[in-house]
Amino acid sequence: MSKAPNDYLLHLADNAVVLGQRLAEWCGHGPILEEDLALANVSLDLIGQARLLYQLTASRMGGRASEDRLAYFRDDSEFLNYTLLELPNHGPLVGYAAAEMDYATTIVRNFLYSALMVLLWDELQQSADADLAAIAAKSLKEARYHLHHSADWLIKFGDGTEESHVRAQAALDHLWRYTEEFWTPSSTEEAAIANGSGVDVRSLRQAWDALVADALATATLKRPEARGYIPEGKHGRHSEHLSYLLGEMQSLARAHPDGNW
Amino acid sequence: MDSTIARAWEVLEQLTDPEIPVITLRELGILRDVRAGKDGLEVVITPTYSGCPAMGQIEDDVRATLVEAGIEASVITQLAPAWTTDWMTDEGKEKLRAYGIAPPQCGSAGSGGDTKVISFVPRKPEVVPCPQCGSRNTTLISQFGSTACKAQYRCLDCLEPFDYFKPY
Repeated sequence: MSKAPNDYLLHLADNAVVLGQRLAEWCGHGPILEEDLALANVSLDLIGQARLLYQLTASRMGGRASEDRLAYFRDDSEFLNYTLLELPNHGPLVGYAAAEMDYATTIVRNFLYSALMVLLWDELQQSADADLAAIAAKSLKEARYHLHHSADWLIKFGDGTEESHVRAQAALDHLWRYTEEFWTPSSTEEAAIANGSGVDVRSLRQAWDALVADALATATLKRPEARGYIPEGKHGRHSEHLSYLLGEMQSLARAHPDGNW
Repeated sequence: MDSTIARAWEVLEQLTDPEIPVITLRELGILRDVRAGKDGLEVVITPTYSGCPAMGQIEDDVRATLVEAGIEASVITQLAPAWTTDWMTDEGKEKLRAYGIAPPQCGSAGSGGDTKVISFVPRKPEVVPCPQCGSRNTTLISQFGSTACKAQYRCLDCLEPFDYFKPY
């Protein structure tokens, strides 16, 4: 069996844990009770997926590696997640006192990401790395629910009131450029493609475009133009927002190394 | 060995889900196998949702129950094939319904015809009969509920809300 490069597993795990952490910020702050529960559930699924991937990576690294060390004791430049996922929940509304948390931004991001992951996990079920394929088969089932949830709300917002439409479009315009990062394989992704453990993301682009176009048309939202900017989060070059996110996520574990409770 | 395997199945049969205490781990499809391994007895379990917080409790329960019965065995967590609600037994589904949780209706989330093509409009809503009054006139409140495995529904006849164990 070909093994996926550890950095490929970490890229997938970091994606899940960083978005899981962002979604957890809504816990107790959801716009309605059902959505509070929904985002906590999606967050929990993502953190669960990250755990499976970190455990697998740690078991292959050996030595002192553990899921906790990978999640809590790596610094921001060692995280390989997409920049899209670390952006704050306030999105384009930053600066408005009432807009620290923008639900449209959260929903649009979940939609853009889960539309990719439904396709990626589906293909990864055939990974030459059997352990990764097993995680993909589980994660796919969860990603489908995440996609339906975010698409439903995207359509409600876009095809809703004037205000909800404007905010959904603003969130989409703001986040769209960050999806460019999906389509340019890193050297780690190239290595995973070469040994059959990974998927060439470029082969998913057409299906992703169709999926997104379908939902945007129903939501009466306009697809933004790409602007040539390609973020480099998966190479470890992040926005400043990741550092603050990790500061909050890692501080407890770092204050009490190897603590158990 | 065969008699130990039979006894292990027997003592593990008393173990129920920590969140839904009416259904056993076997009926849920979490307890996959009890078998003779290279180094003795092996009990195989499989996780449900990746982030389900009950899985740690379930593994502890399995270990404690085996120790209490004086059965030496290692507990193996196996990811593939991935757990699916298709493995839930009919008696388990009936117990869920009697407890007030609507059991999963259709095939697992992975086995349907919509695996490749996802279309957003219009999706045929799943008909989930009310576990209280049996009415099929029910509506989805939210795809996510009190635990990872449940959605929230409402009966439009008896007007009661209820949990739905959704297909996985």
